[in-house]
Amino acid sequence: MTAEALFSLAPLLIIFPLVGLLINLAVGRRIGERGVGIVASVAVGLAFVVAVLQLVALGMEPEGSTVHIAEWIVIGQLEVEWALKIDTLSVTLLLMVTGVGGLIHIYATGYMHDDVRFQGDPSRYPRFFVYFGLFMAAMLLLVTGNSYLTMFVGWEGVGLCSYLLISFWYEKGKDGIGNALAGKKAFVVNRIGDFGFIIAMLITFWFFGTLTFEEVFHEAVFLGPAAATAATAITFFLFVGAAGKSAQIPLFVWLPDAMAGPTPVSALIHAATMVTAGIYMLVRNAVLLELATLTPDIIAIVGAATALFAATIAVARFDIKRVLAYSTISQLGFMIAAVGIGAYVAAIFHLVAHAFFKALLFLSAGSVIQGVEHGQHHADSHNDNFNPNDMRNMGGLRTRMKATFWVYLVGALALVGIPPLAGFFSKDEILADASLVSPAVYWVLVLSAFLTAFYMARQIIMVFFGKPRSKAAEAAKESPSIMVAPLVVLAILAVGGGLINGPGLLPLTHFLEDTLEGIHEPEFIAAIAIFTTVLALISMGLAWLAYGRRQFRAGDQDPLQSKLGPVWTAISARWWVDEFYDWLIVRRYIALSRWLAESVDDRFLHDWVHDTVIAQTFVRGTNWLARAFDLGIIDRGFDGLGALTRRGAGGLATLQTGYVRNYAIAVFIGLVLVVSYLLLR
Amino acid sequence: MTHILVLSGALFTLGALGVLIRRNAIVMFMSVELMLNAANLAFVGFARSREALGGQVFVFFVIAVAAAEVAVGLALIVSIYRSRSSIDIDMVSDLKG
Repeated sequence: MTAEALFSLAPLLIIFPLVGLLINLAVGRRIGERGVGIVASVAVGLAFVVAVLQLVALGMEPEGSTVHIAEWIVIGQLEVEWALKIDTLSVTLLLMVTGVGGLIHIYATGYMHDDVRFQGDPSRYPRFFVYFGLFMAAMLLLVTGNSYLTMFVGWEGVGLCSYLLISFWYEKGKDGIGNALAGKKAFVVNRIGDFGFIIAMLITFWFFGTLTFEEVFHEAVFLGPAAATAATAITFFLFVGAAGKSAQIPLFVWLPDAMAGPTPVSALIHAATMVTAGIYMLVRNAVLLELATLTPDIIAIVGAATALFAATIAVARFDIKRVLAYSTISQLGFMIAAVGIGAYVAAIFHLVAHAFFKALLFLSAGSVIQGVEHGQHHADSHNDNFNPNDMRNMGGLRTRMKATFWVYLVGALALVGIPPLAGFFSKDEILADASLVSPAVYWVLVLSAFLTAFYMARQIIMVFFGKPRSKAAEAAKESPSIMVAPLVVLAILAVGGGLINGPGLLPLTHFLEDTLEGIHEPEFIAAIAIFTTVLALISMGLAWLAYGRRQFRAGDQDPLQSKLGPVWTAISARWWVDEFYDWLIVRRYIALSRWLAESVDDRFLHDWVHDTVIAQTFVRGTNWLARAFDLGIIDRGFDGLGALTRRGAGGLATLQTGYVRNYAIAVFIGLVLVVSYLLLR
Repeated sequence: MTHILVLSGALFTLGALGVLIRRNAIVMFMSVELMLNAANLAFVGFARSREALGGQVFVFFVIAVAAAEVAVGLALIVSIYRSRSSIDIDMVSDLKG
C-alpha cells in the first residue's frame, strides 16, 4: 500500500461512526442492547484502525496529505470544500479520540445497561449510542477538517451532542428540570464562544481571502509582520471560541453543570475530547499565534488563572464528579497556558496524557457511583434523598471495589504528576517551558499543581479510605468486567502515556515537527521535576493530615472549614461566579426581556401600535366604508335603480288593462303605423 | 276589379270594427272570420285580374288555417265559458297590470 492509498481511506474515519449511528438509529430497538453496544463499539474500533493506518501512512510520508471529498461552497472568492487534512497533528488527535473513545464506548455498554435501569427507562439505551456515534463523527470532522468552516461544522456538531447528552435524562435532576437546564447552560455559554469563532472566521476571510488552513498559514508566513494586526485579532477571537469550548475564564461555568450527563459522557466529551478541541484549534493556528502580538499573553494569563481558580474550587467540592470537572477545567487551563507561552507540543502532550488519566478517573468515578447505587438498592432503597455522587456518603470503598480503587489511584497519581506516570512528564514539560518564558505563569501553575495534588488526595481518602459513611457504601459492590476492562487499559495508558514524549527521545516533538514548524525541543529541567514532585507529595501529605489521620464521619463538617474560614466559604460557593453571572447577565437579561415584553411589546406594540394606530385606523376606515361609501353611495345607487325600475314598471302596468279590445286596437294601430311607414318610406 | 277590392275592404273594416267593439266572444270570433274572408276575397280578385293561380292556392291555405283556428278558438271559448259561465270577453281581464 502506498501512502496515498492509505490517506485516501481517511473519510472512513467519519463514515464508520456515521454508519454505526444510522444502524443504531434504524434498528437499535430490534437488535437489543448487546447488538447496539457491539455496533457502536465496532464502528469506533474501525475508525481507530483507520487512524492507525493514517499513522502508518505518515511514517512513509511525514508531510501528510489533504483528502478531497467534495465541493461545498463556491461563492465568488469564497471556496470551501469537504476535505480532510491528515498531518501529524491531526493524527495525534485522531488516535487519541478514536482510541480513548473506543474504550469509553466499551465501558458505556456496561455502564448504560445499569444506568437506564436505575433511571427507569431502558428504551433509551440505543439513543445514547446514537448520540455517541454522532459525537464521534463530529469530533473526527473537527479534528480533520482542513478549513475553518469544516472545523466549525464539527465544532458545532460536538456542541450539539454535548447538549443532547448532558440533558440525556432531561426529566431528571433538580425539580425535574435540572438536567435540562444544565444542557441549556452548556449550549448557551458555548454559543458565546462560537460567536468568537465566527468573528475570527470573518476576519480571516476578510484579510486572507480564504478559509483553508494551509492557504491562510502560507499567506501569513509570506506576509510576516504585515499580518501581525490581523493575526492578533483572529487569534483573540479564536481564543474566545476556545475559552467557550475548553471552559476557560470567563466561560467555564457550563462544565461543572455538564456533569448532569451520564458518566461516560463526562469522560468522553467533558474530559477527554470535546473540551480539548479549543486547545487543538489554537495549536492548529500556531502560525498565527507566532505572528500575533498581544493574544499569546492574554491566553497564557487566562489559562494560568483558570488553572488556579478551578483548582481552588475543586478543593471544596463534595460531588465526586464535580471535583473531577473542576480538575478538568484546571488542567485545560494548564494546556491553554502552554499554548499561550508557545509550548505547543507540551500542550498537545498534556492534552493526550490528560485524556488518558482523566477519562480513567471519570470512568472509575462512574464505576464508584454505580457501585454505591447498587449498594443503596440492596441496603437502603427507601432513602429517596440519597445522593450516590456525594463523597460524604462514601468511604471505605477500597476493600469493596478493589479493581476500581487501584485504577482510580493510578489515574489520580497520574493527574497529580507522580513519576513516572503520564501526568508527571506532560505537566512538567509545561512547567519547564513556563519557567523559561514567564515566571509569573510558572508560579501560578505550580500553585495549581499543589492544589491538584491536595484535592485528588482528599478525594481518594474520602472515597476509598476510612469506614463507610452510609449503608449504601457499606453494601457497594464491584462493577462488571465489561466496565473494569477498559479501565485497566486506560490505567496502563495513564502509566505509560508519558513515553509518547518522554525526555531525551521526545517522539511526539519530532512527530509534530512535520506539522508545526519551528517548534523547539522542550527542556527537561530536573530541578523543577524534583521540586514539583516533592511539592505534590507534601500536598498529599497535608491532605492525609486533614482527612485521613482522623476519621471523617457522616455529618461532620469538612475539616478545612474551620481552618480556612472565609476562604473556605468562598471556594465552597465557587467564588460566587455563578451568582455573579446571574446578577450581571441573567438578571439583566431577564429584566431586559421583561422590559421588552411589557413595555415594548405589550404597551408599545400591542396597546399603542396595534390597538391604537392599526386597529383604530382600520375601524375608522371600515366605518367610513360601511357608512359613507357602502350605505351612501352603493346602497343608494342600487336603491335608486330599484325604485326607478318599480316606477317605470308601475307606469307600464297601467297599459295592461286586461281587456282584449285594447290589445287588439294596439295591434291595429301598430299595424297601421308599420304599413304606413313601409308605404310612405 | 275595383269593386271587388272595395267589397273586400268594406268586409275587412266591418270585421275589424266587430273585433274592437263587440264584447261577445262568439261575435268577435265571427268578425275575425269576416276579416279572413275579406282577405280571401282580395286574393281571389287579384288572382283573377292577374290571371295567376298563386292567389287561389293561397286562399286554400287560409281556409285550412282558419279551420284550425276555429277548432282552437271554439275550444278556448268553451273553456272560458266553463270557468266563468259567461262569454263576455271583458270579464277575462286577469292580466290587468
